Amino acid sequence: MATTVELRHELAAAPVPIWKNRTARALFYQIVVLALLAALTYFFVHNTAVNLTKRGIASGFGFLWNTAGFDIAFRLTDYTVTSTYAKALWTGLLNTLLVSGVGVILATVLGFVIGVARLSHNWLIAKLAAAYVDIVRNIPLLAQLIFWYFGVLTTLPGVRQSFDLLGLVFLNQRGLYSPAPILQPGFSLIPVALLVGALAAVLLARWARRRQELTGQPFPSIRAGLGLTLGLPLLVGLLFGFRMTWSVPALQGFNFAGGFHVPPEFMALLVGLSIHTAAFIAEIVRSGVQAVSLGQTEAGLALGLKRGIVTRKIVLPQALRVIVPPLTSQYLNLTKNSSLAVFIGYPEVVAVFAGTTLNQTGQAVECIALTMLIYLVISLLISFFMNWYNRHIALVER
Amino acid sequence: MVELAARAEEPPEQRKPDLPPPTLAVGWLGWLRANLFSSPANTVLTLLALWLLYKTLPPLIDWLFISANWQEGTSRADCVKPGACWTMVRARFGQMMYGFYPAGERWRVNIGFLILFVGVAALLIERVPRKIWTGAFLFLVYPFIAYWLFHGGLGLTPVDTSLWGGLMLTLIIAVTGIAISLPVGVILALGRRSTMPVIRVVTIAFIEFVRGVPLITVLFMASVIFPLFLPEGMNFDKLLRALVGISLFSSAYMAEVIRGGLQAIPKGQFEGAMSLGLNYWKMNAFIVLPQALRICIPGIVNSFIGLFMDTNLVLIMGLIELLGIAQASTRDPNWLGLINTALAFVSLIYFAFCFGMSRYSQALERKLAKGRRR
Repeated sequence: MATTVELRHELAAAPVPIWKNRTARALFYQIVVLALLAALTYFFVHNTAVNLTKRGIASGFGFLWNTAGFDIAFRLTDYTVTSTYAKALWTGLLNTLLVSGVGVILATVLGFVIGVARLSHNWLIAKLAAAYVDIVRNIPLLAQLIFWYFGVLTTLPGVRQSFDLLGLVFLNQRGLYSPAPILQPGFSLIPVALLVGALAAVLLARWARRRQELTGQPFPSIRAGLGLTLGLPLLVGLLFGFRMTWSVPALQGFNFAGGFHVPPEFMALLVGLSIHTAAFIAEIVRSGVQAVSLGQTEAGLALGLKRGIVTRKIVLPQALRVIVPPLTSQYLNLTKNSSLAVFIGYPEVVAVFAGTTLNQTGQAVECIALTMLIYLVISLLISFFMNWYNRHIALVER
Repeated sequence: MVELAARAEEPPEQRKPDLPPPTLAVGWLGWLRANLFSSPANTVLTLLALWLLYKTLPPLIDWLFISANWQEGTSRADCVKPGACWTMVRARFGQMMYGFYPAGERWRVNIGFLILFVGVAALLIERVPRKIWTGAFLFLVYPFIAYWLFHGGLGLTPVDTSLWGGLMLTLIIAVTGIAISLPVGVILALGRRSTMPVIRVVTIAFIEFVRGVPLITVLFMASVIFPLFLPEGMNFDKLLRALVGISLFSSAYMAEVIRGGLQAIPKGQFEGAMSLGLNYWKMNAFIVLPQALRICIPGIVNSFIGLFMDTNLVLIMGLIELLGIAQASTRDPNWLGLINTALAFVSLIYFAFCFGMSRYSQALERKLAKGRRR
């Protein structure tokens, strides 16, 4: 474009009046936009300040250190009714991160399975997977969440009629109860063994790769690495004792005591988000795999590689390059969609902060701004991580 | 080999006819073997899928149709059978479609949407001519007709927006959202590709900010912060606030869709337009955008589907659209606990709309791809 413009300028040669000068005009437009923006901002800020003083609402973030005075039913922190708003925000944020983190893992696993199933040579499996994708993608997420919460989980039998699995895991109206390990002193040996095993596995994989590059000798580094990572803690546990006891949930009075309790709100949100996002991931996986030309598979088979190796070493690495960028936006969507928890009463950051805290303090601007900022930071971190991963697997061209 | 050679020397009439293929390789048996039972693993998968279908499909069909209650009634007690209680949907049908819109005035809503559907169909179906005029009518004239029909005034009884609800509200929000986000999205997309640094930075900041936060927070902002932004006494309607919030949100997504289309236009088109002496706006309006928008129709339809499904979040502002009203009906003491029936009905409506649109966009995508493939 530049060359055309330059050419035109040369042809014109005659002095250009200032209102026809491209640079001058560009500068003028930008100044106008900036001025409009500044005026609008001033208008809004001024009105907000006037409105807030009229309503007698203080501004600033000082309220964060006041006592919150409301309870949060599901929490990972030691939050109590007497904690501060800042602590409530932190508790809500951890709840968001928990449900998003677990949801991303579940949705990825389910999405890959469904996506591969859609490409299956088995007609029935392919059609079932296609039906799953079509149904889930065309029904609003909120309707699905309401279904899982009000339609399924809260209509489960009461505490005394719980579904139970081997007398260890119980499912009822109040959620899921499962055995939980209680750690005894000296347990820290096991995680240390796990860490050492994982480190050894990484080193082993590096060595195996170098050896294969030098000599062509393959080494089952995945199996060996898995064995090291899991085997070492197991060995340590068997030799020195695992040093933990299991607390099994048991019916006491009107409720279960002991074990690990997952409330129905969390379960409904997790199940709904995972199933919904998995449908989108399945489509991404399918298009990614289809983007790898059939010639690649055929060439791999012609070289005498086994089908599994062809999939793992030839098709998948190429498909991942197509899959990862849109996968990032699905992870972001899942995290943002976790805010729908407001409707089913799971206390995540929007419900705790933009909901309850805002209602109690009336400091709307601060509450909404902080909530948005948190999501922006989470989005930024996820994109940052996924971009790093994408660069890691991207095609290295000469 | 010798046998074959000998066979080839035989005169044709003495040759034996070819053997038919094995029974198991042709016909429906062959299809079953190739597609469902080709290997032991596949057989296991097929049987597993069949078992899953057997476990889920018959109970679902039974619940939805066979043991469902279809008769009319006034309360849950009229639903005697164990299946879905369509009785409730029949009793609440008007509300689910129009919210609390006065029953005598509902014909206005019907006419309004009829015009819209005919217009959109004329725009989307390839064979109908005069697309530009239809588009101009829909964008420039129709909003006023719709506002007059829905809101009243000028001879029609005024109906306050607080009475609007149900599917009507869902459609109004979704259609307004898309109608506003399309032009705003075009401007944002052009701004993002602009050579002027201030404009580029401002649009990028807006787009990335909106795409980084959930719609719910935008709606929260629309509901509690927008009133603070305006001078005292300038009160504006809840529905309008929701529309502004939703339009801002979808504009950012639309901008990214359109940017994709703009990037697909080869540089020669820009240069060609400039060498003809067209200025920036003429170049975009007559050369670039017509091509770019055509490419992004599938993307636009997809983002419309997303917007359509997201409209139910306006529930957070107290606007009761389809899903909200369905959920509210099951809180009525007469119809307590029929959430699954309500959800089934609502999901069916959403599914019909969204599935139709997604099939349209897929067909269009295939058609657009056909011209590019050799």
